[in-house]
Amino acid sequence: MFDWPLLTILTLLPTVGAVFIFVIRGEDELVARNARNVALWTSLITFVLSLVLWIGFDTSTAAFQFEERRPWIADGITYHMGIDGISLMFILLTTLLTPLAILASWESIKVRVREYMIAFLIMETLMIGVFSALDIVLFYLFFEAGLIPMFLIIGIWGADNRVYATFKFFLFTLTGSVLMLLAILWLYFQTGTTDIPQLAVIGFDPGWQKWLWIAFFAAFAVKIPMWPVHTWLPDAHVQAPTAGSVILAAVLLKIGAYGFLRVSIPILPDASAYFTPFIFWLSAIAVIYASLVALMQEDMKKLVAYSSIAHMGFVTIGIFTFTTVGIEGALMVMISHGLVSAALFLCVGVVYDRHHTRLIDKYGGLVHRMPTYAAIFLVFTLANIGLPGTSGFVGEFLVLVGVFQVNTWIAFLATTGIILSAAYALWMYRRVIMGALTKEELRYMFDLNGREMAVFAPLVVLVLLFGVWPQPLLDVFSASVANLLDEHQLALGLSEAKSMFAAR
Amino acid sequence: MTELPNLTPAIPEILLAAAALTLLLYGAFRGDSSTRTVSWATVVVMGLAAVFIVSGPSDGVHTFAGMFVADGFGVFMKLLILLGSALTIILSLGYIRDHGMERFEYPILILLATLGMMMMVAASDLISLYVGLELQSLSLYVLAAFRRDSERSTEAGLKYFVLGALASGILLYGASLIYGFTGSTNFEAIAANIAAQENGASVGVLFGLAFLTAGLAFKVAAVPFHMWTPDVYEGAPTPVTAFFSVAPKIAAFALLVRVMMGPFGGLAGDWSQIVIVLSAMSMVLGAFAAIGQRNIKRMMAYSSIGHVGFALMGLAAATPQGIQGLILYMTLYLAMNIGAWAIILNMRRGSGLVESIDDLAGMAKNQPMLAAAMAIFMFSLAGIPPLAGFFAKFYVLLAALDAGLYTLAVIGVLSAVVGSFYYLRIIKLMYFDEPAEKFSAPTREVGVIITVAAVFTLLFFLFPAPFVAEAELAANALFR
Repeated sequence: MFDWPLLTILTLLPTVGAVFIFVIRGEDELVARNARNVALWTSLITFVLSLVLWIGFDTSTAAFQFEERRPWIADGITYHMGIDGISLMFILLTTLLTPLAILASWESIKVRVREYMIAFLIMETLMIGVFSALDIVLFYLFFEAGLIPMFLIIGIWGADNRVYATFKFFLFTLTGSVLMLLAILWLYFQTGTTDIPQLAVIGFDPGWQKWLWIAFFAAFAVKIPMWPVHTWLPDAHVQAPTAGSVILAAVLLKIGAYGFLRVSIPILPDASAYFTPFIFWLSAIAVIYASLVALMQEDMKKLVAYSSIAHMGFVTIGIFTFTTVGIEGALMVMISHGLVSAALFLCVGVVYDRHHTRLIDKYGGLVHRMPTYAAIFLVFTLANIGLPGTSGFVGEFLVLVGVFQVNTWIAFLATTGIILSAAYALWMYRRVIMGALTKEELRYMFDLNGREMAVFAPLVVLVLLFGVWPQPLLDVFSASVANLLDEHQLALGLSEAKSMFAAR
Repeated sequence: MTELPNLTPAIPEILLAAAALTLLLYGAFRGDSSTRTVSWATVVVMGLAAVFIVSGPSDGVHTFAGMFVADGFGVFMKLLILLGSALTIILSLGYIRDHGMERFEYPILILLATLGMMMMVAASDLISLYVGLELQSLSLYVLAAFRRDSERSTEAGLKYFVLGALASGILLYGASLIYGFTGSTNFEAIAANIAAQENGASVGVLFGLAFLTAGLAFKVAAVPFHMWTPDVYEGAPTPVTAFFSVAPKIAAFALLVRVMMGPFGGLAGDWSQIVIVLSAMSMVLGAFAAIGQRNIKRMMAYSSIGHVGFALMGLAAATPQGIQGLILYMTLYLAMNIGAWAIILNMRRGSGLVESIDDLAGMAKNQPMLAAAMAIFMFSLAGIPPLAGFFAKFYVLLAALDAGLYTLAVIGVLSAVVGSFYYLRIIKLMYFDEPAEKFSAPTREVGVIITVAAVFTLLFFLFPAPFVAEAELAANALFR
């Protein structure tokens, strides 16, 4: 249908916008206004273009589409882009949330607006790049380059303790990803290629697979983040500006899980099967532990951050069930969590902009002054718990169905996590929104303005829509998930046959 | 009557020598007012020499009775050295004018040092190696002490001289052992002699090799022969330090590679153990010791030690890929390092140069472009993709894994993580902290160099292939 390199255009478009902002000159006030407008329009056009991608996408096949291949570093390391149903969902999530993030920082960011918008647009390029790269070096390039803008976003526009948080974020992620780099290099000199589809059909020696798997796991586990390497996340979330938290929770955390689906499972099937119990127990601990910690938080952002860790525990459980429902559920949880956690951080941002604190104790009875806000906050609180009728329910339910077939204990623990999530989410809601409005300074809080409504509207619609009608999403990735599982079973069968042959 | 040797391969070196002598005479007649002219003349001569190198032979032709070789490896390294030297001379112009160092000997000393470096790269005999090395070292000692009225500068020069002379002595001792046990100083003859031994090289040769390695390790500042680096870097005038961190480093690496892969290529199993230890220790010490530094020149000294460790990883692999990685490392290191030093040279307020890391505070607000360039260099030195420094590490790590040096590679990447901390601290100061006083605007030449270096470092990932191919050609020249 298209002769244009649509993926490259989509990836580079935000950067083009960033270059435009870079060359804007003039009075500070004028530059800030132009930078905001250019950033918003660029990200909106990018979103529209990604919808074109969706329309042109053929959901009946699991093959990679919109493929592009250009020579780059060496014969085996090429600029290879392409998407399947799994990546398409994440690209749409990215392009949807970036304009919302930019809109959410319209007034709250007052200093160095130009640099801020440049950082967000570059970030968008890198995120789209991660999800469309089909060469593992290219993937790594986008994966790690994302550290630079995020480091600056948290460090420049963050809260009081931002330097500690941003260093922790950077160094944790870097430590994980350099080990992944070694694994990538090992793959390259063993096979002479870093092309993901080609690597997936090679079938490595199971002994080596375990080492490689651990190296990739180091990178993805930090990014997701899994217990016990999750400690950077609460700090980063609390200190980041609202829009930074939104992007971090909604998209960056998903990159780790996407890495499992795109790299670990297809290329290292035996090791993935071997380490499944390990992942299960880490995730179960994460779900229970993070939920318990969330109960005790006094800071709203920290509470949402721990709730993210718990939800990502569901995602890793779902992926490693190796069942269709489990993986589809994990993908649904990711999309839903992308929308819901983004919205929750935006909700915190709304009151933070007005009252300049995130402490739960400083609020109470907001419903009397901000009824619309209270209603919207309620929708997302319930979606966070996974109430039927919201997108959160679909994903968690599918994951539980999947894991119940595989491991009952893990299913039991994960369900306990859902109960706990109701406890911490509703408790926070009660303390912030309900009750009498006793605090004098809260009497001057005003309800959402038009811009804030515009930010929340699409999120509310999507969360409710996918809650009752998840079919459009499932359609997009069901062929890819089926293919992923088929290949996985095939690869496991092959290596079993090999080992039986060797034993004989 | 003896026949005249073939001079064609050595035309660039002859040109530099003749130019150095002519300019010395010119300067002596015209006095210190001619410094600017002499400086630019030096740059032009270096450019001419580069043209001759490119158009000259590169097929491994020997001359001067086998003491001098011109091959693809030499061509590549000599071009890098000339580029590094010429850029430092241009960077120095403003500094030497402001600091009473405007004496015509300054560019000529750099020219002589460059000549020495080119001799080192082209050496194929222990004697020509030593002559080149000493010509370089003696010029560098003088340069380090060039601000003769400054206590720090003279101290740096003296320290460098004493320790450098010791290293030269060790190197000479090693060379004499090698001569004694193989009967020749010629690289090819030594290689042939070692290859002819049936039960491996004799203990004497190995001892000689160890001493030779120690001497060369001193020149590249690999741990544990690095002690001089922070002190000399801190004490020497800043443009001289910038010079030290680029051209002589490249030359010393070229020499190390040539000696190790040439006459002792057959003993790779023996010396690579030494190089592995040097590499690991340099990377770890470079990463940890830099954290506590408050002076940016000292910090850059430890940073350079860390980078030496990484480049040595390529040599430790002792494969064509490893040498290719090392050559690329040096190329990219030249770009990002010269850029970083250009900015450090620009840390001026009024007439004085400030050197404390804290002086960079808030630079992003005062001089956003300069701060952005510095951030690019720092992220690149930390090895974060997509910047050039990542590709430098990429290729040496690839070679190290290929050669089975898994532990070394893991030590390398983990020390890179530790090292990224102090590069990030610079960015933190520039971007997150409240502004200190503004620096003066860079002069035009410095501005151009910073811009070119920053753009190259930022966009290298778009066009890596030609550089990789050239480095591969250069590396393969050693394996024929």
